[in-house]
Amino acid sequence: MNGVHDMGGMQGMGRVRYEKNEPVFHARWEGRVFALNRAMSAWRKWNLDASRHQIELIPPAEYLRMSYYEKWNARLVELLVKSGLVTRAEIESGKPAQGSPKATPKLTVSGISSLLAPANPERPKAKAHPRFKVGQRVRARNMHPAGHTRLPLYARGKRGKIVRDHGIFVFPDTNAHFLGEKPQHLYSVRFTARELWGEQAAPRDSVYVDIWDDYLERA
Amino acid sequence: MPTRRGFLTTAGALAAHDHAHAQDHDHEHEHQAAPSDLTLRVKALESLLVEKGLVDPAALDALIDTFEHKVGPRNGARVVARAWVDPAYKKLLLTDAAAAIAKLGYKSGQGEHIVVLENHPKTHNLVVCTLCSCYPWAVLGLPPVWYKSAPYRSRAVIDPRGVLREFGLDVPADVEVRVWDSTAELRYLVLPERPAGSEQLSEEQLAALVTRDAMVGVAKVKLPQTGDAA
Repeated sequence: MNGVHDMGGMQGMGRVRYEKNEPVFHARWEGRVFALNRAMSAWRKWNLDASRHQIELIPPAEYLRMSYYEKWNARLVELLVKSGLVTRAEIESGKPAQGSPKATPKLTVSGISSLLAPANPERPKAKAHPRFKVGQRVRARNMHPAGHTRLPLYARGKRGKIVRDHGIFVFPDTNAHFLGEKPQHLYSVRFTARELWGEQAAPRDSVYVDIWDDYLERA
Repeated sequence: MPTRRGFLTTAGALAAHDHAHAQDHDHEHEHQAAPSDLTLRVKALESLLVEKGLVDPAALDALIDTFEHKVGPRNGARVVARAWVDPAYKKLLLTDAAAAIAKLGYKSGQGEHIVVLENHPKTHNLVVCTLCSCYPWAVLGLPPVWYKSAPYRSRAVIDPRGVLREFGLDVPADVEVRVWDSTAELRYLVLPERPAGSEQLSEEQLAALVTRDAMVGVAKVKLPQTGDAA
């Protein structure tokens, strides 16, 4: 969706504000929200793409106003309700519904090291044929899906060159909506800064975007 | 969630200023735009989830401890320092970063494939996630607020040189700036240039010089005391 989360190239957002010796969490609740999100994802009622999309669904003015972990909190509440793990009434009352069964937590202290998986996780097992090859000129499609997508607005319709085939990955546009993994090749595509931003851009500079097969067409 | 607070907000007004700390700023302090009721709401949510048997509070404590104390930019700094002193390791890092990082025993959990980008005198790499906040947790830990903020996410792709100048880095016109937008499950780590004059330093001393910012690409690694940009 063409939401405010898709920020690449927007102007007027101000200077980058830097904090020296920044702590990992600025308040206790931030750490709790982070950990709650991680612990609840262990129930596998949603996937990474659905979880990202839930943040994109925060209304734009709220999205810009909220702090990062405030968004994580809002996202978690919505996912809990959508997945049926918790009801809206339970969230509002803060109490489990009468007679609701008590579960056993999925994530335990001993499970944390397995949650911290090796840095190279499994890829989808399905095979997929690459439609493009390294060195080929391509164009990012001019597409505007109303749901989740990971093709940034600033790259759409622009021409670039495939510099690397990353292999097969799950397709976010379907996976986020539980419509299947649709495994396909993912490429690193180099766009010159001038292709993206015109003459104002420095002539040598470039932006590399990771782009799924379905987002590309021949240039 | 407080969805109807009626803020008049421009795209730039990131903070609601409903907190004492940042009232003299136009935007920023995103992390502190926390209405005090967030503390209460998060506490209530946690106790509900605990009562329903959905989460184990000890696991939450352990997760927080992991990301506050065990996973962080010191891990990445050790990877960089090893690459500087060991050419075979560097070669592995640039061709199979996951294997090289696993050699030092680091894990993450964001389900990521790491790619390492080497800076050269004529090539400067900069990492961003314009769509959300993707970041190489395994080697850098959780991202700082500025990395997740609208100013950085919006401008890193359209005005990387301007952003770098704000970080105190003036990239000469004959140096190519490559911006890497983390739109997928690839996570990018910059391998900074080893500073001139560091030949005598041990791997451990080198690791101490490597900053998080240099591994995101918004700074260079400098020797202590010199203070000037390399």
